Amino acid sequence: MKYKLEAKNIDVFYGKLKALNNINIGITENAVTALIGPSGCGKSTFLRLFNRMNDYIDSFKLNGDILIDDKNIYEKDVFVDELRKNVGMVFQKPNPFPKSIFENVAYGLKIQGIKDKEFINTRVKDALKQAALWEEVKDDLNKSALALSGGQQQRVCIARALAVEPSIILMDEPTSALDPIATAKVEKLIHTLKEKYTIIIVTHNMQQAARISDYTAFFYMGDLIEFDKTNTIFTNPKMERTENYITGRFG
Amino acid sequence: MYKTKEKIIEFILKTTALITVLTTIGIIWVLLNESIIFFKEVSIIDFLTDTQWTPLFANKHFGILPLISGTLLTTIIAISVSLPIGLTIAIYLSEYAPKKLKKIIKPLLEILAAVPTVVYGFFALMVVTPFLQKLIPEMAGFNSLSAGIVMGIMIIPFISSLSEDALSAVPKYLREASYGMGATRLQTSFKVMVPAASSGIIVSVILAFSRAIGETMIVAIAAGQQPRLTLNPFVPVETITAYIVQVSLGDVQHDSLEYRTICAAGMILFILTFILNNISFWIRKKFREEYE
Ligand SMILES: Nc1ncnc2c1ncn2[C@@H]1O[C@H](COP(=O)(O)OP(=O)(O)OP(=O)(O)O)[C@@H](O)[C@H]1O
Ligand SMILES: [Mg+2]
Repeated sequence: MKYKLEAKNIDVFYGKLKALNNINIGITENAVTALIGPSGCGKSTFLRLFNRMNDYIDSFKLNGDILIDDKNIYEKDVFVDELRKNVGMVFQKPNPFPKSIFENVAYGLKIQGIKDKEFINTRVKDALKQAALWEEVKDDLNKSALALSGGQQQRVCIARALAVEPSIILMDEPTSALDPIATAKVEKLIHTLKEKYTIIIVTHNMQQAARISDYTAFFYMGDLIEFDKTNTIFTNPKMERTENYITGRFG
Repeated sequence: MYKTKEKIIEFILKTTALITVLTTIGIIWVLLNESIIFFKEVSIIDFLTDTQWTPLFANKHFGILPLISGTLLTTIIAISVSLPIGLTIAIYLSEYAPKKLKKIIKPLLEILAAVPTVVYGFFALMVVTPFLQKLIPEMAGFNSLSAGIVMGIMIIPFISSLSEDALSAVPKYLREASYGMGATRLQTSFKVMVPAASSGIIVSVILAFSRAIGETMIVAIAAGQQPRLTLNPFVPVETITAYIVQVSLGDVQHDSLEYRTICAAGMILFILTFILNNISFWIRKKFREEYE
């Protein structure tokens, strides 16, 4: 079986602290993979390896290989900005720029140097449609993104990531700042997005992981305890730790 | 016991605050009083429209415009030097430099503002002007260009430090959002960070501007003492502050019309800086609300 993304013998250190311990995992294309585990177990650290967002942390050190389409993305000849055009990210807290909705979604295209207005307009519209936000904002794309509700802001951020047509989307607790209705919208969206994208999502919400993901990885204190089809993890986990965590006995 | 101590400290604090306020009020009061007497003899219209300032000559003119133009000319030259350099440094420190380097460079830069201005003045007169004269032969020994350039160097830390603070105050998640989209550091700096910090950057420029307007020693030494309504940076000019020094140190009789001109000029200076400081205060208040 071939994987879209692979982590091989991954160790991560923040100074002396070992945040991830010998992680090996293969992530399937056009599927949703959920990362679960108690706070501080290394989910965000792991997720951010795939777009090299940890590179900015001075004390960060990585051993092992991260492969995307069989290419090690930590090799010297990889351009980080090119990589990130292929690997979009949605953060925990909605973080639109203090610009208009349109400018937010067009941002990735503009920094790529694309000038063609027609092209940008179409992409922005498509991205907003995919992010299930178009109907709500189509009359007022020049409105500041900061004037939107939290759920709408998060969908602007999703649209912003989609507009550059990446093949992978990383989401770090994308619904933790949203109310149940906005959460439901984003979940539905993730479900439709997996037709075109490979999605990795960090979540603290067990029901959410069970609802939207195809695969689930359970982390505990820097170790990958169990990784399997979501169905298996939630109905028939092999490790007791996993079972305890998903049934809420600790964590 | 504890309470008396508290009370004493409170009293000291209150008194100090009161003294500061009273001093300010006192200065305004003196300026205002003397200016009122001055404007009984000189019409405000002449003061604001006459293009000559010759109160110390036989043929007296009281047009403040040459002093204002001298002040603005040196100040604008100073800002054109300090804004690009200061902003570049600020962006470098907040977006590129490792934290350790930033901790070293920032205080070092602030030394620039702590150098006695008389040193700058002589530097402008003895080093910068002779150097520039090699490039621009028609340049006079006293001129606004050297004074402005050197003043610009002096106020770099006003812009670099305050702009750096403003850039660092931009929430980290905006920077991450931009990097996450594949933006380079340069793109992130100019498309996200600078716009998001723009109010803070504007405030830093206004403060630098008002510092340059009030600067006395450098311009008195290097820009000359010839009130002249001109935009030519190569000829001698006189700023408001330089004029005030000239009269204060000269042998003009106190309590004369000539002497009172410095109060009128001082009033203008006061109004200029007062307006600028208020604008920056207002922007800062708005800016604070934006992030709360
Ligand atoms: N920038 C950093 N510098 C130093 N240590 C860090 C840094 N970021 C994370 N860590 C440490 O690495 C470990 C894993 O952190 P990480 O953020 O990946 O956990 P997480 O599983 O995402 O937690 P949460 O569910 O609370 O978001 C923690 O012990 C954390 O303290
Ligand atoms: Mg996390």
